[in-house]
Amino acid sequence: MSWRRRNLERDAAREIAAATVDDDRPMDPGALLELQNLCTTFHTDEGAVHAVDDVSLRIRRGSTTCIVGESGSGKSATARSIIQVVDHPGRVDSGRVLYRPSPDGAVVDLAALDATGPGIRSIRGRDIGLVFQEPMSSLSPVHTIGDQIGELLELHERLSPSAARERVIDDLRRVGIPRPEERFGAYTFQLSGGMRQRAMIAMALVCRPSLLIADEPTTALDVTTQAQILDLLAELKQSLGMTLMFITHDLGVVAEIADDVVVMRHGKVVEQGPVDQIFHDPQHEYTQELLAALPQRGAVTVTEPEPAAAEPERPLLRIEDLEMTFEAAAGTLFGRRRTERVNAVDKVTLDIPEGSTVGLVGESGCGKTTLGRCVLRAYRPTAGKLLYSGADGRVTDLARLSEKELLPYRRQVRMVFQDPYGSLNPRMTVRQVIGEPLRVAGLASGSELDGRVEAMLERVGLKRAMAGRYPHAFSGGERQRIGIARALITEPRLVVADEAVSALDVSVRTQILELLAELQGDLGLTYLFISHDLSVVERICDQVAVMYFGVMVEQGPAEQVFADPQHGYTRALLSAVPVADPRERGTRSRVAYEPEPVA
Amino acid sequence: MWRFIAMRVLHVIPTLIAISMIAFFIIQLPPGDFLSTQVARLEAAGQSVDPAQMEALRDRYGIGDPFWVQYVKWISNIVLHGDFGLSFQFQQPVSTLIADRLPLTLALGIATLMFTWAIALPAGIYSAIKQHTWGDYTISGIGFVALAVPQFLAALVLAYLGFALFDQSVGGMFSPEYVNAPWGVGKFVDLLGHLWIPVVVIGLAGTAGIIRVTRANMLDELNKPYVITARAKGLSEGRLVTKYPVRIAMNPFISTAGWHLPSLFDGEIIVAQVLALGTIGPLLLEALKSQDMYLAGGIILIIAVLTVIGTLISDLLLAAIDPRVRFGKA
Repeated sequence: MSWRRRNLERDAAREIAAATVDDDRPMDPGALLELQNLCTTFHTDEGAVHAVDDVSLRIRRGSTTCIVGESGSGKSATARSIIQVVDHPGRVDSGRVLYRPSPDGAVVDLAALDATGPGIRSIRGRDIGLVFQEPMSSLSPVHTIGDQIGELLELHERLSPSAARERVIDDLRRVGIPRPEERFGAYTFQLSGGMRQRAMIAMALVCRPSLLIADEPTTALDVTTQAQILDLLAELKQSLGMTLMFITHDLGVVAEIADDVVVMRHGKVVEQGPVDQIFHDPQHEYTQELLAALPQRGAVTVTEPEPAAAEPERPLLRIEDLEMTFEAAAGTLFGRRRTERVNAVDKVTLDIPEGSTVGLVGESGCGKTTLGRCVLRAYRPTAGKLLYSGADGRVTDLARLSEKELLPYRRQVRMVFQDPYGSLNPRMTVRQVIGEPLRVAGLASGSELDGRVEAMLERVGLKRAMAGRYPHAFSGGERQRIGIARALITEPRLVVADEAVSALDVSVRTQILELLAELQGDLGLTYLFISHDLSVVERICDQVAVMYFGVMVEQGPAEQVFADPQHGYTRALLSAVPVADPRERGTRSRVAYEPEPVA
Repeated sequence: MWRFIAMRVLHVIPTLIAISMIAFFIIQLPPGDFLSTQVARLEAAGQSVDPAQMEALRDRYGIGDPFWVQYVKWISNIVLHGDFGLSFQFQQPVSTLIADRLPLTLALGIATLMFTWAIALPAGIYSAIKQHTWGDYTISGIGFVALAVPQFLAALVLAYLGFALFDQSVGGMFSPEYVNAPWGVGKFVDLLGHLWIPVVVIGLAGTAGIIRVTRANMLDELNKPYVITARAKGLSEGRLVTKYPVRIAMNPFISTAGWHLPSLFDGEIIVAQVLALGTIGPLLLEALKSQDMYLAGGIILIIAVLTVIGTLISDLLLAAIDPRVRFGKA
């Protein structure tokens, strides 16, 4: 052991000893971690933002405690404050983070430790592990997985690189990564999202911490992958005997895994208690609101007046044997580049009846977005037909039109995007953003254009006076309203909504869904609603189509598909959706879908 | 990997051919040819010219032949015999002239490069980590001043200071007593005493630019989630910063590292001219002024070749260092 390392360990021990507390506000003996009046503030140029505002909460040893809240509620900042890794310029200002590593051991106040000193560093990674939301950006793109995991062992357990390698490979196997010897040397971009998150979990657990903090670990994942990761976490928690602090905005996930729940809003704890009490006897108004906003699967909420679903009328859009093939350059390192063909959409046939809402569901990479973009003719389909019935009854095949011939249809088929932040040009005012489609089509200009833009703003529930502002002045929900206004300004007949509510908080999501339903009734719109969120699709769609690897595996009326799914993949998808009721936990069996080998 | 290198080298060949043609075309542009210039000069000095020798030279360099013939003679002499032709002004082979000045040029270039990076990278990284502190403001302030001051002015000021404070000879790389002396410890020390002025002058401006870019790149990277992940592992600040964000913030420099190769060769012409350094830059300037076409053409060709090779080196370095480039993901 080098003298440097010895010094470091001595300093760490001394710091921790200095932060050890035994005083008038003792810690609950059954608790592993207890926050007392914790305040974390971001000191910005615009003033101080109290991200964590007088938070007190307790995490029982061996429990799973979920911290729930909408974006901006301070749940992530709370988690990061525990080991003092808050983003710059945030700082833990006051309060205590009491941590008792062993049931009868000393209590350490982590908040009293120097944020960059050896004391807190000896606890990070070794006693408390952290898993983040987006494994792609949370892992370094230029270091191998094995390097990034093994580093912890070399740091905290002083293992040699070869011994660390053995342990890392064992742990990669443990979190369910196949061929761990190969994956040890892989880079993050070579793994799928689920595999990356497994690697991240292996990293957080490699030193066998007593507390694992998981910050939205499944939010970026598909519903079936999410189910696998949740199962994995539950199993590891059991076998390693850890305590889990799980941060999420998804009440369905909470109901599946939590023992205790802490509800946060605006940096404060509004309610905490056992999961059953939170779901079935919520005390605080905000918790009740959150639960009410939840699109519950199985609970029929919106009943649409059946708009001629069974009539033999010609559909607004008939997609016939549509195919979309991409040529991707693949190949080995500096080797010969092969072109690889990817059938993103493979012979899909789908009718979209006028005035209906057709839901298109599937996991990421299944081709649902590609199909949506083909309908918009953002892509030119490789083969197949897009038979569009015009207002005059004439049928046109959009798939074969040239860009110029398409122009009139560009106004009739419009799109609402997923990301309300990325899809609005930050340098254009709202008036310019919404008016642009009309202006480029030469349909309106000057005061007429302004009048129509302002009328549309009111239509989507915003104020006329907001037209002069830039997008950054709006919240996520308001921005999505702007995106909807931009889609509707040309009086379209078909609107493709690609994950239009996926990026929004639950309460805002409900408002946007209500707005979409209202606009459909008033303007006679037809929606192609692309989503990975089955509960939303079940709630608003008349027809549902399920895609899997570019192929349409099942379609039919929504009630029928959800009540009696025919295809194995649909069943697997449905069984993976968390049910937002802790009492139903464990009552359903998870169905896994393995595609039959192609004959 | 070898296949990639081979492919890249094959791509380089047509580029080089095109560059050499353009270089030759440009040095041919001025009216007249160097032989007639030479004859005129000799006759003006009252000397007679041997017609047979003139004819031999004419034939040797293809003067009077069409452009393509001249070009082919020029380039094939270079490629096959390493013969860049004769400098008229100096009456010496171009290759000898360049070889004479090459060691000093390289010494200056490499010293400047090392000075620049040794100062700029730590300063830029420090400036980013300590953003909005006095250290950051000081580094940025000095950087802006260094960037804004014209190099020839800085060269003159430093040369004056060297003269006034250290009693150095102004200009050149050596004190007068060492100019023609054989190499030895004394001459080397004398060289170091003179070298610092151009190194500081040329280095400072480059330093300022690199500090700004490093600082901006680092600020982008420092708040990335993977840095928080590294911090949550318990790494010390110093170790995590050098292992993670610095590694990625270096990419733009690595991708342009090869561009320094030609500048090692020609140096900073203006500074070298002001300080009367015996490097290749002033030689090129002189050759261009006096229509010394083989000398100018030879230097331009070498710079062009070094540029192409430098770019190749950059590409290979980047692929070696960033796996995203290697696997075609960035």
